[in-house]
Amino acid sequence: MTPNRLRKLKEWLIEKAILLSGVFSVIFVLLIFLFLLREGFSLFRGESVGDFLFGKSWYPISDPPRFGILPLIMGSLLVTLGAAAISVPIGIAAALYIAEIAPGRLKEGLKAGIELLAAIPSVVIGFIGMITLGPWIKNLFNIPTGLTALTGSVTLAFMAMPTIVSIAEDAITAVPRQYREAAIAMGATKWQTTWRIVARAARPGMVAAVMLGIGRVIGETMAVMMVTGNAAMIPSSILQPVRTLTATIAAEMGESVQGGAHYAALFAIGIVLFVITFLINGVADLYLHRSRR
Amino acid sequence: MAKKRWAFEVVPFCLAAIMILGGCSRQSQQANSLQIKGSDTMVNLGQAWAEAFMKKAPNVSVAVTGGGSGTGIASLLSRTCDIAELSRELKPEELAMAKKKGLDPQQITVALDGLAVVVHPANPLSQLTMEQLAAIFSGRVTNWKEIGGADLPIVVLSREVNSGTHVYFKEHVLRGEDKNSQAEFAANALMLPSSQAIADEVDQNPGAVGYYGMGYISPSEKALAIARDAASPYVQPTIENVVSQAYPISRPLLMVTRGQPEGLVADFLDFVLSPEGQKIVVKIDFVPVKKI
Repeated sequence: MTPNRLRKLKEWLIEKAILLSGVFSVIFVLLIFLFLLREGFSLFRGESVGDFLFGKSWYPISDPPRFGILPLIMGSLLVTLGAAAISVPIGIAAALYIAEIAPGRLKEGLKAGIELLAAIPSVVIGFIGMITLGPWIKNLFNIPTGLTALTGSVTLAFMAMPTIVSIAEDAITAVPRQYREAAIAMGATKWQTTWRIVARAARPGMVAAVMLGIGRVIGETMAVMMVTGNAAMIPSSILQPVRTLTATIAAEMGESVQGGAHYAALFAIGIVLFVITFLINGVADLYLHRSRR
Repeated sequence: MAKKRWAFEVVPFCLAAIMILGGCSRQSQQANSLQIKGSDTMVNLGQAWAEAFMKKAPNVSVAVTGGGSGTGIASLLSRTCDIAELSRELKPEELAMAKKKGLDPQQITVALDGLAVVVHPANPLSQLTMEQLAAIFSGRVTNWKEIGGADLPIVVLSREVNSGTHVYFKEHVLRGEDKNSQAEFAANALMLPSSQAIADEVDQNPGAVGYYGMGYISPSEKALAIARDAASPYVQPTIENVVSQAYPISRPLLMVTRGQPEGLVADFLDFVLSPEGQKIVVKIDFVPVKKI
C-alpha cells in the first residue's frame, strides 16, 4: 500500500466513524421511543386510552387497579406553569441585565454564579426545599402542609433559571451592534434601546430559552418528589399537594412486577412525558431556527 | 512511519472497547461476596448483621442496599442480588414470575416489626382504636376534633406504593384483614419517599399523622397507643407488646433466597437466626423472632 492510499483509507474511516456517531444519537432516540411504545402499549389491551388519560383516580396496586393519570397530568402542568411564572420574568430580566447593563467584572461574576446554580444536584435543591421552603410556605399561607405544588414550583424555578438566563443571554449578545448604534443615533435612551430594539430582536432566542427551561422543569423528578407531597388528586389550587408524572414513575417503578399492567402503565406515562417534552423541544427548535435567519 | 501512527490510534480504541465489554459481562456473584437488597425498613438491620458477620468472617464482603421490598425481589429474580429483604410476603405475581424463571424462592422470617402511628408531640391525643385509624387514613375523618382532638385539619402521611410498609398498612389497618374491602388511602394523603421524610414532616406539622417502623420512634414525634377495638385496652408500641402480640399492628420481616439456601447465603442466614444475630435485632429496635 502506498502512503497516499493509506491516508485516503484513514480519512474515509474517520469520516464514517463520525457519521456513525451522528446517526447513533438519532437511532438511540428512536430505539428509546420504540421501547417505550412496546412496553407501554400492552396496557391498552385491558384499558382504553380515554380511561388512562382522563381517568380521575390513580390506585395502581389495588385490585382491580385504576390507572387514571388525569391527576398526575394536572399535577405536572400546575407545577410547571407555576415554575414558569416565577422563573421566566426573573430569568429574562437577569439575562438583559447581564448582557446589556452590567459592567465587565460584575458581568463575569454573575455569569459564573448562575452557571454554578446549574451545578447544584437536584436532590440538594429538593432537600433545601423540603426543610426550609416547605415550613415557610405552610406558615405564610396558614395551610395544613407545606408540601404543595407552589413549593415545587419555587424549587423548580431555581433549576430552570440557569438554562433560561444563559440561553437568553446568548441570544441578546448575538444581536448585531449596529442595531444598538442605530437606536442611540436616533436619540433613543439606553432603556428604549434595550427594551424596544435589543429585546425585540432577540425575542426568538428568548422564546427558545423559555421553552428549554420549561422542558427542564417538566422532566425534573427528584426535587419535585421531595417537595410536592405526591398526593394523586386533582388540585383545585396551587396550595395543595400534587403528584407529578415523573415522580410517579420514579416512586413506583421499583415495586411494579415486570411485564404486569402496573409496569406497562408506568411506561405509558413515559410515552406521555416523551410526547410533551418532544413538543416543547420542537417549538424551541422552531424559534431557534427562525432567529438564525 | 504512517503505518505505525495508524496503529497508535486504533489500539487504544480497541482496548477501550474490550474494557467496556468486559465490564458488562462481569457477574455480581463472586465467591466471597454477598449482595443484599430490598426493604428500606430493614436496611439498618441488614447493615448491622452484615458488619457483625464480616467481623467473624473477615475475607467475606456483604453489601446491603435499600430501594423497597419490590426492588429487592426484582433484583433477586434478575440475579443482581443474593438475598432480598422484604417487609411483606411475596405477591402471587412475583411467585409466578419466579416459577417461570425456574426458581423456588424461600421466605424466612428473620425479625418482627411493630408499626408505630405517630403525631406531633403537641397533639393532645395519645391513643386511638384501629377503627379510628382506618377512618383517618382513608379520609373519612378529616379534622382532629371529630375524634376528640383540637380543631385542626388532619394531614395524612403515607409511604409511597413501592414500600412494603404502605401495602401492609393498607391491608391490615385500612381494610382490617377483610379481603373484599376496597378501602384506599385518602386521595389527598401525602406520599413520602422514606420513613425519615415522614418523621421530618411530623416534627414540624401539628396536624400530621404518619406511620413507620418502631425503630424510627424518636422524642420529636409522639407514638400513639392503639387498641384493637373500643372494648380492648390501648397498647404502646414496645418490644414486649409486639412479642406478646398485644400490639395490633406488627408484621414479619423476611429474607428471601432464590432457592434452598446454600454456601455463603446459608451461613449468613444461620448467623441471622442465631442468638447473636437476634441480639442485634433488639439493638436496632426491632423484635426478635425467638426468645433470647
